[in-house]
Amino acid sequence: MNNWLEMGGYGLYVWGSMSVVLACAVIELISLRLRMKAITGKRQTNHP
Amino acid sequence: MTIAAALFVVGFYVGFILAPTDAQQGDAYRIIYVHVPAAWMSMVIYVVMAGWAGLGWAFNTRLSSMMATALAPTGAMFTFLALWTGALWGKPTWGAWWVWDARLTSELILLFLYIGFMALQASIDDARRADKAGALLALVGVINVPVIYFSVKWWNTLHQGASISLTTAPSMVTIMLLGMLIMALAFWAYAIGVTFMRVRCIILEREKNADWVKTYLERK
Repeated sequence: MNNWLEMGGYGLYVWGSMSVVLACAVIELISLRLRMKAITGKRQTNHP
Repeated sequence: MTIAAALFVVGFYVGFILAPTDAQQGDAYRIIYVHVPAAWMSMVIYVVMAGWAGLGWAFNTRLSSMMATALAPTGAMFTFLALWTGALWGKPTWGAWWVWDARLTSELILLFLYIGFMALQASIDDARRADKAGALLALVGVINVPVIYFSVKWWNTLHQGASISLTTAPSMVTIMLLGMLIMALAFWAYAIGVTFMRVRCIILEREKNADWVKTYLERK
Protein backbone atom coordinates (compact mmCIF):
# COMPACT_ATOMS: atom_id res chain seq x y z
CA MET A 1 0.00 0.00 0.00
CA ASN A 2 2.76 2.42 0.98
CA ASN A 3 4.69 1.41 -2.09
CA TRP A 4 1.67 2.11 -4.21
CA LEU A 5 1.16 5.53 -2.61
CA GLU A 6 4.78 6.44 -3.29
CA MET A 7 4.25 5.85 -7.01
CA GLY A 8 7.91 4.97 -7.51
CA GLY A 9 9.01 8.31 -6.09
CA TYR A 10 6.54 10.28 -8.20
CA GLY A 11 3.80 10.29 -5.55
CA LEU A 12 3.83 14.05 -5.10
CA TYR A 13 3.32 14.65 -8.81
CA VAL A 14 0.73 11.94 -9.35
CA TRP A 15 -1.34 12.67 -6.25
CA GLY A 16 -0.80 16.40 -6.71
CA SER A 17 -2.57 16.02 -10.04
CA MET A 18 -5.35 13.74 -8.88
CA SER A 19 -6.18 15.71 -5.75
CA VAL A 20 -6.46 19.03 -7.57
CA VAL A 21 -8.74 17.45 -10.20
CA LEU A 22 -11.01 16.09 -7.48
CA ALA A 23 -10.87 19.31 -5.46
CA CYS A 24 -11.89 21.39 -8.49
CA ALA A 25 -14.83 19.08 -9.19
CA VAL A 26 -16.01 19.14 -5.58
CA ILE A 27 -15.70 22.93 -5.33
CA GLU A 28 -17.63 23.38 -8.58
CA LEU A 29 -20.41 21.05 -7.44
CA ILE A 30 -20.73 22.72 -4.04
CA SER A 31 -20.78 26.21 -5.52
CA LEU A 32 -23.50 25.20 -7.98
CA ARG A 33 -25.55 23.67 -5.20
CA LEU A 34 -25.23 26.88 -3.17
CA ARG A 35 -26.19 28.94 -6.23
CA MET A 36 -29.32 26.87 -6.73
CA LYS A 37 -30.14 27.15 -3.05
CA ALA A 38 -29.81 30.92 -3.25
CA ILE A 39 -32.28 31.01 -6.14
CA THR A 40 -34.91 28.78 -4.58
CA GLY A 41 -34.41 30.28 -1.11
CA LYS A 42 -34.70 33.95 -2.13
CA ARG A 43 -38.13 33.47 -3.65
CA GLN A 44 -39.60 32.05 -0.53
CA THR A 45 -38.56 35.04 1.57
CA ASN A 46 -40.13 37.41 -0.97
CA HIS A 47 -43.43 35.60 -0.64
CA PRO A 48 -44.12 35.04 3.02
CA MET B 1 -23.21 12.87 -11.71
CA THR B 2 -23.59 9.32 -10.43
CA ILE B 3 -22.51 8.05 -13.85
CA ALA B 4 -19.48 10.35 -13.79
CA ALA B 5 -18.49 9.20 -10.29
CA ALA B 6 -18.91 5.52 -11.19
CA LEU B 7 -16.87 5.89 -14.38
CA PHE B 8 -14.21 7.76 -12.43
CA VAL B 9 -13.92 4.94 -9.90
CA VAL B 10 -13.67 2.33 -12.67
CA GLY B 11 -11.17 4.43 -14.63
CA PHE B 12 -9.12 4.98 -11.48
CA TYR B 13 -9.12 1.25 -10.76
CA VAL B 14 -8.01 0.36 -14.28
CA GLY B 15 -5.43 3.14 -14.42
CA PHE B 16 -3.95 2.90 -10.94
CA ILE B 17 -4.38 -0.75 -9.96
CA LEU B 18 -4.57 -2.84 -13.13
CA ALA B 19 -2.30 -0.90 -15.49
CA PRO B 20 1.42 -1.60 -15.05
CA THR B 21 4.20 0.91 -14.46
CA ASP B 22 5.59 2.51 -17.60
CA ALA B 23 9.04 1.28 -18.65
CA GLN B 24 10.43 4.76 -19.37
CA GLN B 25 8.51 7.13 -17.13
CA GLY B 26 7.82 4.94 -14.13
CA ASP B 27 4.61 5.78 -12.31
CA ALA B 28 4.73 9.45 -13.29
CA TYR B 29 2.96 8.50 -16.52
CA ARG B 30 -0.22 7.85 -14.51
CA ILE B 31 -0.90 11.56 -14.65
CA ILE B 32 -2.03 10.79 -18.21
CA TYR B 33 -5.32 9.44 -16.83
CA VAL B 34 -6.43 12.92 -15.86
CA HIS B 35 -4.20 15.10 -18.04
CA VAL B 36 -5.31 13.91 -21.46
CA PRO B 37 -9.07 13.74 -20.67
CA ALA B 38 -8.88 17.24 -19.14
CA ALA B 39 -7.08 18.58 -22.20
CA TRP B 40 -9.61 16.96 -24.54
CA MET B 41 -12.50 18.41 -22.56
CA SER B 42 -10.93 21.87 -22.55
CA MET B 43 -10.95 21.88 -26.36
CA VAL B 44 -14.28 20.10 -26.89
CA ILE B 45 -16.08 22.39 -24.46
CA TYR B 46 -14.66 25.46 -26.19
CA VAL B 47 -15.92 24.33 -29.60
CA VAL B 48 -19.36 23.45 -28.17
CA MET B 49 -19.47 26.75 -26.30
CA ALA B 50 -18.60 28.73 -29.43
CA GLY B 51 -21.23 26.72 -31.34
CA TRP B 52 -23.99 27.54 -28.85
CA ALA B 53 -22.87 31.16 -28.64
CA GLY B 54 -22.93 31.41 -32.44
CA LEU B 55 -26.40 29.83 -32.63
CA GLY B 56 -27.71 32.21 -30.01
CA TRP B 57 -26.27 35.15 -31.89
CA ALA B 58 -27.46 34.09 -35.35
CA PHE B 59 -30.97 32.95 -34.45
CA ASN B 60 -31.60 35.02 -31.33
CA THR B 61 -32.28 31.92 -29.26
CA ARG B 62 -31.65 32.91 -25.67
CA LEU B 63 -31.29 29.37 -24.40
CA SER B 64 -28.37 28.70 -26.78
CA SER B 65 -26.53 31.68 -25.38
CA MET B 66 -27.27 30.54 -21.85
CA MET B 67 -25.73 27.16 -22.69
CA ALA B 68 -22.57 28.94 -23.86
CA THR B 69 -22.43 30.93 -20.63
CA ALA B 70 -22.98 27.75 -18.61
CA LEU B 71 -20.15 25.91 -20.38
CA ALA B 72 -17.44 28.54 -19.94
CA PRO B 73 -16.51 28.04 -16.25
CA THR B 74 -16.31 24.26 -16.63
CA GLY B 75 -14.21 24.66 -19.78
CA ALA B 76 -11.90 27.04 -17.97
CA MET B 77 -11.61 24.58 -15.10
CA PHE B 78 -10.59 21.75 -17.42
CA THR B 79 -8.08 24.03 -19.16
CA PHE B 80 -6.58 24.93 -15.80
CA LEU B 81 -6.46 21.24 -14.87
CA ALA B 82 -4.77 20.32 -18.16
CA LEU B 83 -2.11 22.95 -17.46
CA TRP B 84 -1.77 22.05 -13.79
CA THR B 85 -1.44 18.30 -14.34
CA GLY B 86 0.82 19.04 -17.30
CA ALA B 87 3.15 21.06 -15.08
CA LEU B 88 3.24 18.24 -12.53
CA TRP B 89 4.03 15.82 -15.33
CA GLY B 90 6.57 18.08 -16.99
CA LYS B 91 8.68 18.53 -13.88
CA PRO B 92 9.65 14.85 -13.41
CA THR B 93 9.87 13.99 -17.15
CA TRP B 94 11.21 17.17 -18.78
CA GLY B 95 12.78 18.74 -15.73
CA ALA B 96 10.67 21.89 -15.95
CA TRP B 97 7.24 22.93 -14.71
CA TRP B 98 6.72 25.10 -17.73
CA VAL B 99 8.30 25.69 -21.13
CA TRP B 100 7.13 28.12 -23.82
CA ASP B 101 6.33 25.27 -26.12
CA ALA B 102 3.66 25.69 -28.82
CA ARG B 103 1.28 23.18 -27.24
CA LEU B 104 1.56 24.66 -23.76
CA THR B 105 1.38 28.25 -24.93
CA SER B 106 -1.70 27.69 -27.09
CA GLU B 107 -3.42 25.88 -24.21
CA LEU B 108 -2.61 28.85 -21.98
CA ILE B 109 -4.18 31.14 -24.59
CA LEU B 110 -7.27 28.93 -24.41
CA LEU B 111 -7.46 29.59 -20.67
CA PHE B 112 -7.24 33.34 -21.34
CA LEU B 113 -9.99 33.05 -23.96
CA TYR B 114 -12.27 31.36 -21.43
CA ILE B 115 -11.46 33.96 -18.79
CA GLY B 116 -11.91 36.75 -21.34
CA PHE B 117 -15.30 35.33 -22.37
CA MET B 118 -16.50 35.17 -18.77
CA ALA B 119 -15.11 38.59 -17.85
CA LEU B 120 -16.62 40.21 -20.93
CA GLN B 121 -20.04 38.75 -20.23
CA ALA B 122 -19.84 39.72 -16.58
CA SER B 123 -18.93 43.30 -17.45
CA ILE B 124 -22.06 43.91 -19.57
CA ASP B 125 -25.25 44.46 -17.62
CA ASP B 126 -27.68 43.74 -20.44
CA ALA B 127 -27.81 39.93 -20.75
CA ARG B 128 -28.54 39.83 -24.49
CA ARG B 129 -25.77 42.29 -25.31
CA ALA B 130 -23.42 40.26 -23.14
CA ASP B 131 -24.42 37.13 -25.06
CA LYS B 132 -23.63 38.76 -28.40
CA ALA B 133 -20.31 40.24 -27.33
CA GLY B 134 -19.33 36.91 -25.81
CA ALA B 135 -20.33 35.09 -29.00
CA LEU B 136 -18.03 37.28 -31.09
CA LEU B 137 -15.11 36.57 -28.77
CA ALA B 138 -15.89 32.85 -28.60
CA LEU B 139 -16.15 32.51 -32.38
CA VAL B 140 -12.94 34.41 -33.09
CA GLY B 141 -11.16 32.36 -30.41
CA VAL B 142 -12.22 29.05 -31.95
CA ILE B 143 -9.26 29.36 -34.34
CA ASN B 144 -7.05 28.56 -31.36
CA VAL B 145 -8.47 25.03 -30.97
CA PRO B 146 -6.99 23.53 -34.17
CA VAL B 147 -3.80 25.42 -33.36
CA ILE B 148 -3.62 23.57 -30.02
CA TYR B 149 -4.48 20.26 -31.60
CA PHE B 150 -2.02 20.44 -34.48
CA SER B 151 0.67 22.39 -32.60
CA VAL B 152 2.63 19.19 -31.99
CA LYS B 153 2.72 18.56 -35.74
CA TRP B 154 3.26 22.07 -37.04
CA TRP B 155 6.08 23.00 -34.71
CA ASN B 156 8.92 21.15 -33.10
CA THR B 157 7.50 20.85 -29.63
CA LEU B 158 8.81 19.35 -26.47
CA HIS B 159 5.30 18.07 -25.90
CA GLN B 160 4.80 14.65 -27.41
CA GLY B 161 2.54 14.00 -30.40
CA ALA B 162 -1.01 12.71 -30.18
CA SER B 163 -1.32 9.33 -28.45
CA ILE B 164 -4.65 8.62 -30.06
CA SER B 165 -5.64 9.31 -33.63
CA LEU B 166 -8.55 8.27 -35.79
CA THR B 167 -6.33 7.18 -38.65
CA THR B 168 -3.58 5.18 -36.98
CA ALA B 169 -3.37 2.56 -34.28
CA PRO B 170 -2.90 4.06 -30.80
CA SER B 171 0.66 4.15 -29.52
CA MET B 172 -0.37 2.86 -26.09
CA VAL B 173 -0.84 -0.47 -24.38
CA THR B 174 -4.49 -1.55 -24.37
CA ILE B 175 -4.95 -1.49 -20.60
CA MET B 176 -3.50 2.03 -20.28
CA LEU B 177 -5.62 3.16 -23.20
CA LEU B 178 -8.71 1.62 -21.64
CA GLY B 179 -8.12 3.40 -18.33
CA MET B 180 -7.68 6.70 -20.10
CA LEU B 181 -10.79 6.29 -22.23
CA ILE B 182 -12.94 5.39 -19.21
CA MET B 183 -11.59 8.49 -17.45
CA ALA B 184 -12.43 10.54 -20.54
CA LEU B 185 -16.00 9.21 -20.41
CA ALA B 186 -16.17 10.14 -16.72
CA PHE B 187 -15.05 13.69 -17.56
CA TRP B 188 -17.65 13.87 -20.35
CA ALA B 189 -20.41 12.79 -17.99
CA TYR B 190 -19.20 15.25 -15.37
CA ALA B 191 -19.08 18.12 -17.85
CA ILE B 192 -22.57 17.40 -19.16
CA GLY B 193 -24.03 17.06 -15.66
CA VAL B 194 -22.41 20.19 -14.31
CA THR B 195 -23.33 22.25 -17.37
CA PHE B 196 -26.99 21.32 -17.02
CA MET B 197 -26.86 22.22 -13.34
CA ARG B 198 -25.41 25.60 -14.17
CA VAL B 199 -27.74 26.33 -17.08
CA ARG B 200 -30.71 25.67 -14.79
CA CYS B 201 -29.37 28.31 -12.41
CA ILE B 202 -28.82 30.76 -15.27
CA ILE B 203 -32.32 30.21 -16.69
CA LEU B 204 -33.96 30.73 -13.30
CA GLU B 205 -31.85 33.82 -12.57
CA ARG B 206 -32.41 35.47 -15.91
CA GLU B 207 -36.08 34.66 -16.25
CA LYS B 208 -36.90 35.39 -12.62
CA ASN B 209 -39.61 37.84 -13.64
CA ALA B 210 -41.35 35.37 -15.92
CA ASP B 211 -44.59 33.90 -14.61
CA TRP B 212 -43.52 30.29 -15.12
CA VAL B 213 -40.40 30.78 -13.01
CA LYS B 214 -42.43 32.34 -10.21
CA THR B 215 -44.90 29.47 -10.15
CA TYR B 216 -42.08 26.94 -10.49
CA LEU B 217 -40.15 28.39 -7.55
CA GLU B 218 -43.26 28.71 -5.39
CA ARG B 219 -44.02 25.07 -5.89
CA LYS B 220 -40.48 24.05 -4.87
